[in-house]
Amino acid sequence: MAGLLASVVDGVLIGAVYGLAAMGLTLIWGVMNVINLSHGAIIVLGMFALYYLSSVLGLNPYAASPIVIVIGFVAGVLLYWIAVHRVIGRPHLMSLLSTFAVNMVLIGLGTALWSTSPYNVSVSLPSVSWEGYTYTGTHIMAAIIAAVIAGLLYLLLYRTRIGKAIRAVAANRAAAELSGIPTTQILALSFGLGVTLAFASGMLIATLFPFTILSGGAYQLKSFVVTVLGGLGNPGGALLGGIFLGLIEGMATPFMPVSWMPMIEFTLFVIVLIAFPRGIFSFSGT
Amino acid sequence: MQLSRLCLVAAATVALASPALAADNDTLNIGFTVSQTGKLNTDSVAQMRGFDLWRDEVNAKGGIKVDDKNYTIKFVSYDDESQNGRVQQLYTRLIAQDNAQFLFSPYSSGLTATAAIISEQYGKVMLTTGAAEGKTYELGNKNLFQVYSPASEYLSGALRVLKEKDPTAKIAFVYEDDPFSKAVAHAALDLAAKEHMTIVLDEAYSGSTTDFGPIINKIIASKAVVLLGGGHYADGSTLARQLYDQKANLKWVTLLVAPDSPKFAELGAAATDISVPSQWEPQVTFRPDFGPTAQEFSKAFNAKYGVDPGYHAAGGYAAGLILQRAIEQANSIDPAKVAAELNKMDVTTMFGRTKFATDAKQHGLQIGHDMVLAQWQMKDGKLTKEVIWPAAAKTADIVMN
Amino acid sequence: MRLNLLRPFPWLILIVTASFALVPWWTDNVSLRENLILAALDIALASNLNLMLGYAGYVNFGNIVMFGLGGYMGVYLLSVWHWPLLGAALIGAIAVSIIAYVFGLGILRLRGAYFALATIGVNEAVNVFVTNFEPWGGATGLYLSLDAYAPLGGPGRALWIVYFLMVAVMGLSLALSYIIRHSKFGLGLLAIGENEDAAETLGVPTRAYKAMVYSVSAFLPAIAGGLYFFKSGIIEPTAAFDLTTSIEAIVMVMLGGQSTVAGPVIGAFLYEELRGYLLTAQAFSHFQLVIAGLLLLVIVLFAPGGLMGFVHQKLPFTRRWLE
Repeated sequence: MAGLLASVVDGVLIGAVYGLAAMGLTLIWGVMNVINLSHGAIIVLGMFALYYLSSVLGLNPYAASPIVIVIGFVAGVLLYWIAVHRVIGRPHLMSLLSTFAVNMVLIGLGTALWSTSPYNVSVSLPSVSWEGYTYTGTHIMAAIIAAVIAGLLYLLLYRTRIGKAIRAVAANRAAAELSGIPTTQILALSFGLGVTLAFASGMLIATLFPFTILSGGAYQLKSFVVTVLGGLGNPGGALLGGIFLGLIEGMATPFMPVSWMPMIEFTLFVIVLIAFPRGIFSFSGT
Repeated sequence: MQLSRLCLVAAATVALASPALAADNDTLNIGFTVSQTGKLNTDSVAQMRGFDLWRDEVNAKGGIKVDDKNYTIKFVSYDDESQNGRVQQLYTRLIAQDNAQFLFSPYSSGLTATAAIISEQYGKVMLTTGAAEGKTYELGNKNLFQVYSPASEYLSGALRVLKEKDPTAKIAFVYEDDPFSKAVAHAALDLAAKEHMTIVLDEAYSGSTTDFGPIINKIIASKAVVLLGGGHYADGSTLARQLYDQKANLKWVTLLVAPDSPKFAELGAAATDISVPSQWEPQVTFRPDFGPTAQEFSKAFNAKYGVDPGYHAAGGYAAGLILQRAIEQANSIDPAKVAAELNKMDVTTMFGRTKFATDAKQHGLQIGHDMVLAQWQMKDGKLTKEVIWPAAAKTADIVMN
Repeated sequence: MRLNLLRPFPWLILIVTASFALVPWWTDNVSLRENLILAALDIALASNLNLMLGYAGYVNFGNIVMFGLGGYMGVYLLSVWHWPLLGAALIGAIAVSIIAYVFGLGILRLRGAYFALATIGVNEAVNVFVTNFEPWGGATGLYLSLDAYAPLGGPGRALWIVYFLMVAVMGLSLALSYIIRHSKFGLGLLAIGENEDAAETLGVPTRAYKAMVYSVSAFLPAIAGGLYFFKSGIIEPTAAFDLTTSIEAIVMVMLGGQSTVAGPVIGAFLYEELRGYLLTAQAFSHFQLVIAGLLLLVIVLFAPGGLMGFVHQKLPFTRRWLE
């Protein structure tokens, strides 16, 4: 019983982080129809950003988070202008390839700079233990921050003018342009926002686990799965989808050989794609 | 007049300044690939540094002496990107185009098995380092020679310690689902079963696992007090950190590969008391038949690279030493004669004892080398890696909670 | 479907294939052979991918799964059942095509990006399945003992034979690409690529065509897989189902120019040579991934029709004979 509770809580906590990681991917997709294949590499950059701020400059990891977020935003907007702007509106394949190219460049540079050794950000927070199982403070904190960021995103999208503009561009770019919205700038902003979310998730993940330049791959695949669960273009669905994925991981593990876990994830992925193309958690009117 | 005197002076200067050149210097080409990119990057580059140090030392002394010739060692190497596809292409190039006369293996068992097809085809002697999978030697080779202890030996030290100190302890095996870790784990599971030890969990996790929380909960649920397993750097470090964060309170943890890196100490308290099987540690006290001691090697390595060597570098260096010895003993660079010497060899270097299996069913398998067990121990607030087993090589006592 | 020998392009295919086969053989240049076998493999993979990607407009991200499965089937039949190489590769490929047809029926209802993601899911699911499938060696994979090469006369001869077979696969891939392009089937595929709904309305049997092309485009890569892993001597899941290789095939098609027959050839060849060069050039070895990435970025941003698109634009007369 205690074991099951531990699994459920663990699942929800890490799931929130998975959801945050996927939110950036799904936002970019929803607004400009671009699948960002450098998503994983960007998450890793967020991890390294935190590493440098905290381990090298000595800042407290949580205090450094706003700085990481700002770096993420700037990087995102830059990336938009360099690699994405020219492929908007073109066939999907073009944006897939341009973002993949960015991925190759980032991983190549990263390996040259940092090799494939693991890096670790030391964080210690008090944790909660019960019946032999421990719920780590860092996990709880990460989930809380993920939820807060998700909430802020909601406020941005639904309670501000910029958010309205973003949603307008996502719905119909031509009409938005005709209504006087500077769509190109909004696109750049949205991409920056998506990258920021990825950076933020990387930052949170770095407080939980050691990482290497290649750690992004696993999170990118999970982000795809979560994005599909939540419905493409639906950030709220992404958060729920992430929690769902985390729950599956947590709850299936006690009952089956762990090595089958990825297969469950991908089979689920394919089934949801085929049977629920709008995602399991999409809300109409988003 | 003045010009000819100038020439004379110049010639004399040249003759005095390069005594080595006065001897008859041929080159001996040694070829290999390195994973400069891709996931095997860190260890492969460490291994290459071992090769480089050996080459530089040998050339500084004038090269390898065969009869009245001095052979300067020249390396030819390429990046295999940690990928099988490249390895065959590059090794063929090394042999056919670059005239490599001897070969070192790529880093990792998978790549080595692929390279072996090429090396065997051309009858080239290949010394394998960084390749612990035993299966490679069961495929009918004639010219492969393994420097590392095979995977089946990795956890035998830890099991012997447990048998001695706490034979009824409940053991959990949790390891990465990849060829190397599985080979290690299966051999260890067999040994543990044979010794009637209590195994309560046997799980393989995917290499892309990001959160070990659920697995650790499973370990806690199984009431295990010992954990053996892990895989490589990223997952080993993550497992260690999460075990600590989740207060799994195990009395003994042995993880593969990850704790051997000096970077593991960055985990701080999470690294305390974690042990790792190692092909070699800088503190070992083997008395070599030839070549430097472990401490002398470490000093030279540190002087050249500014860091202490780990076992990947030591393995690379040892491969060079062993090849050099075989060439010198055979007094020839003919592959067949060198291979014959290697088959006969039973020596001790700074790396430990080296002896190769010679029967066709497992030719080249390393049967003389002993793994050591190292443990991170906290002394006065500082983490140091101590050798705790075997007793003959240890620098500190075993810490078991 | 007809192979009209009066048109120049089929002759080009023949010449290219023949050169691949004969040049290394005549010059007895093993190193060249090793470079070319990778190029031939890439061309085969890219050409078959082009059937789905270039003609029908469906981005198959997980195209490598057919290669990997073909490899596993071939090596399994070879090592455990001791079948001869060709038989093992062929039967393996037929099995893979059938599996592809079945998968295809499932995922081909999806369009665009959804389909692309589904193919990734299929690749990863198969990867995990095989990793846990003990009869195929699980995570360790299957090792071929050196006397698996004995029936072909030892590793030396075997590697030459594998090379010629791979070149044959490449030639067949190009011929297939050409034949399909000039057939009713191909016309239907191109229509699907332009506008699937319109094609459906006009009577093109889209469901059947899509499943067929998915299945057909799996056959030759599966044979190539059997050959390639036989040559490697070892097959393991991470090597067989490597998503990066999959994406590289897409890059090659794009580089050369999608939906042409020559495009994938040029793209694959160029990409392979570029990587080979970058790997062996001292100055670049740390940065080959970066350079390849930058190259791709430049192409996508400024020359999306690939090389063939560029050539066709600047030199319109080439459209007739360099398709």
